[in-house]
Amino acid sequence: MKKMPRWADVALIPILNLLIAFIISGLVLLAIGKDPWAALGTMIDGSFGSSRGVGYTLYYTTNFIFTGLAMGIASHARMFNIGGEGQAALGGLGVALILLAVPWPHWTLALPAAILFGGLFGAAWAFIPAYLQAKRGSHIVITTIMFNFIAASLMGYLLTGVLKVPGKMAAETAKFPEGAHLPTFHEMLAPFGIEFSKHAPANLSFLVALLCLYVFWILVWRTRLGYNIRAFGESESAAVYAGINPAKIIIITMLISGAFAGLMAINNVMGEAERLIHNAVEGAGFIGIAVALMGRNHPIGIFLAALLFGFLWQGGAELQFEHQIPREMVTVIQALVILLTGALDNMVRRPVEKLFIMRYKAKGL
Amino acid sequence: MATATETGRQETAALASPAPAIELRGISKAFGPVQANKDISIRVEKGTVHGIIGENGAGKSTLMSILYGFYKADAGEIFIGGKETLIPDSQAAISAGIGMVFQHFKLVENFTVLENVVLGAEEGFRLTPSLRKARKLLTELAAEYELNVDPDALIEDLSVGHRQRVEILKALYRKADILILDEPTGVLTPAEADHLFRILEGLRDAGKTIILITHKLREIMDITDTVSVMRRGEMTATVKTSETSPEHLAELMVGRKVLLRVDKKPAQLGKEILKVENLRVVDEQGVERLKGIGFNIRAGEILGIAGVSGNGQSELLEVLGGYAEATGKVSLHGEELDLSGAESDAQSRRLKGIAHVPEDRHEEGLILNFHAWENMVFGYQNDPKYNKNKILMDNKAIWDETQAKMDRFDVRPPNPRLNAANFSGGNQQKIVLAREIERNPELLLIGQPTRGVDIGAIEFIHQQIVELRDQGKAILLVSVELEEVLSLADRIVVMFDGQIMGERLSSETDERELGMLMAGMKQGADA
Repeated sequence: MKKMPRWADVALIPILNLLIAFIISGLVLLAIGKDPWAALGTMIDGSFGSSRGVGYTLYYTTNFIFTGLAMGIASHARMFNIGGEGQAALGGLGVALILLAVPWPHWTLALPAAILFGGLFGAAWAFIPAYLQAKRGSHIVITTIMFNFIAASLMGYLLTGVLKVPGKMAAETAKFPEGAHLPTFHEMLAPFGIEFSKHAPANLSFLVALLCLYVFWILVWRTRLGYNIRAFGESESAAVYAGINPAKIIIITMLISGAFAGLMAINNVMGEAERLIHNAVEGAGFIGIAVALMGRNHPIGIFLAALLFGFLWQGGAELQFEHQIPREMVTVIQALVILLTGALDNMVRRPVEKLFIMRYKAKGL
Repeated sequence: MATATETGRQETAALASPAPAIELRGISKAFGPVQANKDISIRVEKGTVHGIIGENGAGKSTLMSILYGFYKADAGEIFIGGKETLIPDSQAAISAGIGMVFQHFKLVENFTVLENVVLGAEEGFRLTPSLRKARKLLTELAAEYELNVDPDALIEDLSVGHRQRVEILKALYRKADILILDEPTGVLTPAEADHLFRILEGLRDAGKTIILITHKLREIMDITDTVSVMRRGEMTATVKTSETSPEHLAELMVGRKVLLRVDKKPAQLGKEILKVENLRVVDEQGVERLKGIGFNIRAGEILGIAGVSGNGQSELLEVLGGYAEATGKVSLHGEELDLSGAESDAQSRRLKGIAHVPEDRHEEGLILNFHAWENMVFGYQNDPKYNKNKILMDNKAIWDETQAKMDRFDVRPPNPRLNAANFSGGNQQKIVLAREIERNPELLLIGQPTRGVDIGAIEFIHQQIVELRDQGKAILLVSVELEEVLSLADRIVVMFDGQIMGERLSSETDERELGMLMAGMKQGADA
């Protein structure tokens, strides 16, 4: 039965959700005595008004694309991978280890190695929960949450111990070799005569993220593996009837999911920090859940949702800076968007569906 | 609204002397663009058994759901005992004296019969008085209507027939005068069904009104006084049962003449294709589901497995389909198949030429949220002709083949991009059949080929199965519809409790004998 056109499902509902979130945020700002319009202006100006702002926005966007893809592929197999945070952290470890181990002459060599190791480490961290789910029936949600904590502890241990630079206070590794430096937007755009801010962290990883979106699309809708993953996600009993091995699909999907999360490290670890610092992921793993949810597990949706959250993160930072709005309030605004677009999706969906059904009726369809 | 009620009352009073138990006037209900009920009016007289018959999707269940307060009608009025009644929820239906026995029972498995009967109708804070009252009523009803069930038995220990009686008792405990039964015999053996009908007759004679929803013509003829026929959301006719015939009803249901019998030539038997020996299946709970069964199927033969559902037929299909473990021996063309699951799965069975139309197309045969074209290769997605290389699928090839198959099997609408969920039951089944039969298999496993399929499509599906047989293929047919097994199969094996109760040539047996075997009574049938 037709409930509503596709454009309403993919565009209208998220926009409505977003509007409601902004309205409530505006009321919150009014309540603490700030001008919501000025705040909105600051957020937009801060994230898109300058090349520095754009650079930050796209840097965050890149992170969220990777973790959104991680969540998205798992969702196609109807698995809720909450472990993006830990998998991205481990991806960072993989990237740091390989970049520190070799005196890289140039990023063109370092990047493939970083992609390989980031992906491998992320996948490896997802493998254990995947195996436990596939073979032992331990719920993936529980195990991946646990593995986030284990990852955080492990990273803390390594960064205050074996990986720490002797004699330094900071819980971080040594700086990566010069040859492992990824071109930033400033360096990439200079040859075209475009002046891009030197201080923005956006770098070549953004292009890798775009490439990953395309790979994701091919994987899910054009390959046999994607077909099997989607079939399993839709109906396990049907998948078994068709001869699709559930354990195999669970493990493979989670490996891909972990690898996407791990790839985030080429942006935040290799591209931005150029060393591995403590808590490098900064919650991007969790944002990926909202990104995939809002993006309907489709690459275009994931890109747009990641861009939105990139804007919220960068704009939110500006808000703190410009209006002395406390950090907690900014978090409230970000949380409202996640709540409305993710968790409360059905609140808006139902009434909109009803409206469309009434319209069908009025047309006599 | 008030004036409408007034006029309604006057009209009803002016009409036939005893007010009808239920009268519906101009009921309409639409789900989005689908008009499930179109201006339906019906009178159900007090103290009668009124049948409502129609194909799947004709709108019977929607109508009853409106009557029971699950859906709100878009238009129309409901009169109970001559009085206009609003039924916004099931609580209102119950207080109006309507009781409903659903197709899928709504019982708490680990509660006793008594607790289930009282559940939701407890009086007061303490449970004991209600239980005592229910126990007394149960004893009375048991004596009066053959409604005997042990009040202290746990539901999970009861047979399906007994569970259904508990549902009826629940309704009677809530003082129902009007009892609606939705496809009540679907899960019963013929003997249990007969027992149910005796109960219903007793209730009718005691003045209760019974509405029986079914798609089985025989039941309508056997038990109802009046029958209403629904087609595509409309009530096409209401007739006295004594003044109609099954052929006439079928015609009313479908809107054209229907062939109720399967037209087929005698079987041309070839060599043995499948041999099953001492097949055993133990499920996860350690219960033996198949207890060492054996049979064979020859080329050009349809072997029918008759039996009430849940007696091991599903397990048999799963084992032969390659996705359940078993012990014993199964050979195809004399070559033994692996039953341990170590070297085989559903894929390897397909490669050996075993095609499988599963019993439940929603749970197994189709992915409802996949497009028709994606479903058309489901299970065969590894076939090189559907793949460009080891990684990428050849969607164009799949698409073209889907269009061809949809044409050949007359799938409507012939749109490969439509999700499987958006096809009617019959057309969904045609998609599965097209996929499996067009593989030209050596052995076709087919479970409940016409469950939830409209009569028009049944004819077509039966023809396809017989055609495959006539091409010299072996077919294993599992169906809970005795009529279907009798008319389609060449040889019939009856299963009961994981065992084979007997084997008959379909030309030399009848429903009575098979019914006895289905109920596990060997002696009765042999005598």
